Amino acid sequence: MHGLVNRAIEGFVRGCYGPQMWHDIAREAGLGFDEFEAMLHYDDALTDRVLERLADRLDQPVPMILENLGHYLVADPKAGAVRRLLRFGGAGFVDFLHSLDDLPDRARLAVDDLELPELVLHTAPRGRFSLICRGAHPGYPHVMIGILRAMADDYGSLATIEDAGPVPGGRRISVALVETAFAEARAFDLGGAERSGP
Amino acid sequence: MTGGLVPALDRLCPMHLQMDEHGIIRHAGPSLCKLRPGAGLVGQPFLDVIGLRRAAAPVDLPSLLARAGEPLHLRFRAPPRTDFKGVLVTGLPGMAALVNLSFGIGIREAVQDYDLTVADFAATDLAVEMLYLIEANAAAMAASRNLKTRLQGAMIAAEERAFTDTLTGLRNRRAMDRVLDRMIGDGRHFALMHVDLDYFKAVNDTHGHAAGDHVLQEVARAMVAVTRAEDTVARVGGDEFVILFDRLDDRTRLDDVARRLIGRLEQPILWQGRKLQISASAGTALSRAYAVPDAERLLADADTALYAAKRAGRAQHMFFDPAMARMGQGAEPLPDASRA
Repeated sequence: MHGLVNRAIEGFVRGCYGPQMWHDIAREAGLGFDEFEAMLHYDDALTDRVLERLADRLDQPVPMILENLGHYLVADPKAGAVRRLLRFGGAGFVDFLHSLDDLPDRARLAVDDLELPELVLHTAPRGRFSLICRGAHPGYPHVMIGILRAMADDYGSLATIEDAGPVPGGRRISVALVETAFAEARAFDLGGAERSGP
Repeated sequence: MTGGLVPALDRLCPMHLQMDEHGIIRHAGPSLCKLRPGAGLVGQPFLDVIGLRRAAAPVDLPSLLARAGEPLHLRFRAPPRTDFKGVLVTGLPGMAALVNLSFGIGIREAVQDYDLTVADFAATDLAVEMLYLIEANAAAMAASRNLKTRLQGAMIAAEERAFTDTLTGLRNRRAMDRVLDRMIGDGRHFALMHVDLDYFKAVNDTHGHAAGDHVLQEVARAMVAVTRAEDTVARVGGDEFVILFDRLDDRTRLDDVARRLIGRLEQPILWQGRKLQISASAGTALSRAYAVPDAERLLADADTALYAAKRAGRAQHMFFDPAMARMGQGAEPLPDASRA
């Protein structure tokens, strides 16, 4: 598993549950170190052990933890670049949904060894979409659900986003758009100026 | 200009402008208007608002129009002096010329200066992809730099460990070899002192390895105390040490250091209420005695001097003398027990 993904999990645990929690998880999972390096690769088994330990400690199922992780990556200011990079996908939530097909290729332009899940969007009538998410790791679709919910909020859109069950090699995520201008979108400045604001 | 064409042009080229035969801007695309709001563009002479970069001579309207179809490098005359890439075409109905502009490599600054959004770029424009890449690349580079810094720190720590004798904290054989090679390579004068403990084996045999380890640590302390910071003190064997004195080859001073060291090492070392007694002998070779100093040769000659010192009755220090080598050739090697 790419270090960036592991690093995201680590950041999520540190940010939401504190450094001590992360320290304990790292020890219990037998990582042998306290910090993932974003630019290295790690055995998938390490990632799975971290998630298992986390599920045990939080008494939550792994898919729920992964949804929260996805939400954190977009919604928490501490999480850094993910939200901004996703917002480059389009001016509105629907544009953004259509940009997801390109997401793995976009990510590879910046980090060529980062394998993101394959995403295929199917459009249905009346603001309904289904997103097929197939990844090397079965956890990706759950992270994606969290990301999509947070991005809908970010764009000020009201949408229900749910896990619609397994498909070969991945899962189907259903997106039902209720309103595209439900709330005011969070500011997105192409040049990155909003980060220097108060 | 045909009415239907203007909205199409505004959509396809939101950064274009149209000028009449006098060079006056008659229309500007919506994104360009955002850069110079109000009367900043329309009604102004094009060449008053925008200048040509990399132009050999001042450009007037005919010479500008003559460059139709060529890539142009342009710049706003008033701040913010945004740079543009552009191309001018003629022959369209209702206008003398159309100039289409783009930000080129300065896109990041332009977007910040003018607060542009995704909607300000043509749907086919790669500007947003470019901005995305700039940002994604910066984030990836930051992560890489972070890793490099940490790896470098780890490498320095590993090297430090690789060059350190763990028991005494002195340099080890590998470190000594490196320093010696460097001194020779730099052509510096130096002295190489080989120090060998006497009676150390007896301490080890009688009081055990813990006592021996304690003695070695005390010896290391003494060696560091009598040498300068720029000297290299290395433990090169069980009870053998080499000291490299950088830029020091004064016999009187070196002999003084050796005697002070031996004097200190002859002081009983306290260990768990017991007094441990050792001594030491030393032999020194000076780099300036050789036309071309050689590490092996210097080590061997210091060793010869050391054994001459031992034969002379221990607790002695001697400088290497070529005569020793000749004497040493026929001499019986010292039995191991007497070395300890």
